Amino acid sequence: MRRIAAITVGFLVLFGMTSPAWACGGLVNPNGTVSLLRTSTFVGYVDGVEHYVTSFEFAGGGAEFGSIIPLPGVPTKVERAGDWTLQRLVQEVAPPVRDLVLEQAAGAANFDSAKVLLETRIDALDITILEGGGDEVGRWAKENGFALTPDAPEILDFYAARSPIFMAARFDPSAAAEDDQSVGDGTPIHLTIPTPNPWVPLRILTLGVGERSLVEADVFLLTEGRPQMLPEPVIREDDGMILERSVEASKLLLSDLRSDKGMDWIPASDMWFSYLRINTKAGDLSHDLAIEARGIGQPSPVAAGLVAPGVSASSFPEIESQSAEGGALLWLVLGIGIAAGSIWWMGRPWSASD
Amino acid sequence: MVRLGLIVGGIALVAAMWHPAEDVRTIEIGIEHSRFVPGTFTVKPGEKVRFVIRNDDPIDHEFLLGDENVQQIHENGTEAHHGAKPGEVSVAAFHDAETTFVFDEPGALIFGCHLPGHYAYGMKGTVTIE
Repeated sequence: MRRIAAITVGFLVLFGMTSPAWACGGLVNPNGTVSLLRTSTFVGYVDGVEHYVTSFEFAGGGAEFGSIIPLPGVPTKVERAGDWTLQRLVQEVAPPVRDLVLEQAAGAANFDSAKVLLETRIDALDITILEGGGDEVGRWAKENGFALTPDAPEILDFYAARSPIFMAARFDPSAAAEDDQSVGDGTPIHLTIPTPNPWVPLRILTLGVGERSLVEADVFLLTEGRPQMLPEPVIREDDGMILERSVEASKLLLSDLRSDKGMDWIPASDMWFSYLRINTKAGDLSHDLAIEARGIGQPSPVAAGLVAPGVSASSFPEIESQSAEGGALLWLVLGIGIAAGSIWWMGRPWSASD
Repeated sequence: MVRLGLIVGGIALVAAMWHPAEDVRTIEIGIEHSRFVPGTFTVKPGEKVRFVIRNDDPIDHEFLLGDENVQQIHENGTEAHHGAKPGEVSVAAFHDAETTFVFDEPGALIFGCHLPGHYAYGMKGTVTIE
């Protein structure tokens, strides 16, 4: 445990000293300026339920700030996450093993106003789960003191077209002071989201940063099988969405994670661990990460934000090509017996429900 | 003779009081996703234009018309609200606003929004006067 604590401190010093907080969302503070540092997110997908864990870090000062995170569905539970899950995951992959042999084969909602589905307070964070279109969520944010940056209307519409569910988090510095929070103290949040279609919001990381700014983030995935991802991550490169680790999760890792508070939903074995490092210019991060968690199907181009709902992916040859390429590997594994079926399957046009 | 004089005088009085309807052109500009639509248009020298700006965004914006120097002043300025000067108006979220401007000389002007980060984000357009 001492080793974990040491790594945690290092992590916070490295990523949290100059910003009031971090989380895998768009940070928005009252004067419209945004400081986006490296973020970490853990997404587990088990039995049709997405578990989304991120953390907000107190870095002193008296400024209020807010964060908006789009979600793939309505959370059934919003709670404080365990104290060290994210740090344990960082420990698992740090320093990244660059020579690692990867086991991988090489319509918009329309509401009059945003509907508040859930409100809760976790430490110094006021959490609100909202349902609404981009305009409605933007209006709610404005009325509640969030100063949205000029790219916010487009990004909110981008997400609302696929899932009209958002989490708004407001950090109360006075409450943090009353709770004796110190610089670097994090408030991890755990959302439980039943959804048949898991995805991880990435484009939201660009909110408020210039398109030439570098976006850095760590995304940890834990799935029941080796996942198919869209866009397909790159390997052994320095820029883009880089798949640094794709292995069967060790029993030690699973055991450690399961022992943290509220993390007993993680199975004790037979899980796949993926670690993606995002290192790209904001202008190039115009998509999210769609996951087919069991690895036996294709991730949705719509969920990845590559195709708008209702638009056929066949209009985007590069997406169709990428999807078909990933699928071909799978069919080879399953054998020639289903080849005819797979040809039919791969040849069919994408639909919004894909 | 007196009657004729009254008629001529009456006609002269009416003529003196009558003004043809002022020729004002209305241009509607929409704002969506922090962009002006349309982003470019053309007017004639001496033309008086009434701008009707419709903000469909959930955030506030501005419509500030002027040359490069005017834009730079606003970019560094601190005025929280615009509306008193011709060609300058603040537009609240989901609201409309109007401003009128007379284009004198041939050339080109810029209209932009100078709320923090908006101009750099690309919230600007051009007017060609020819």
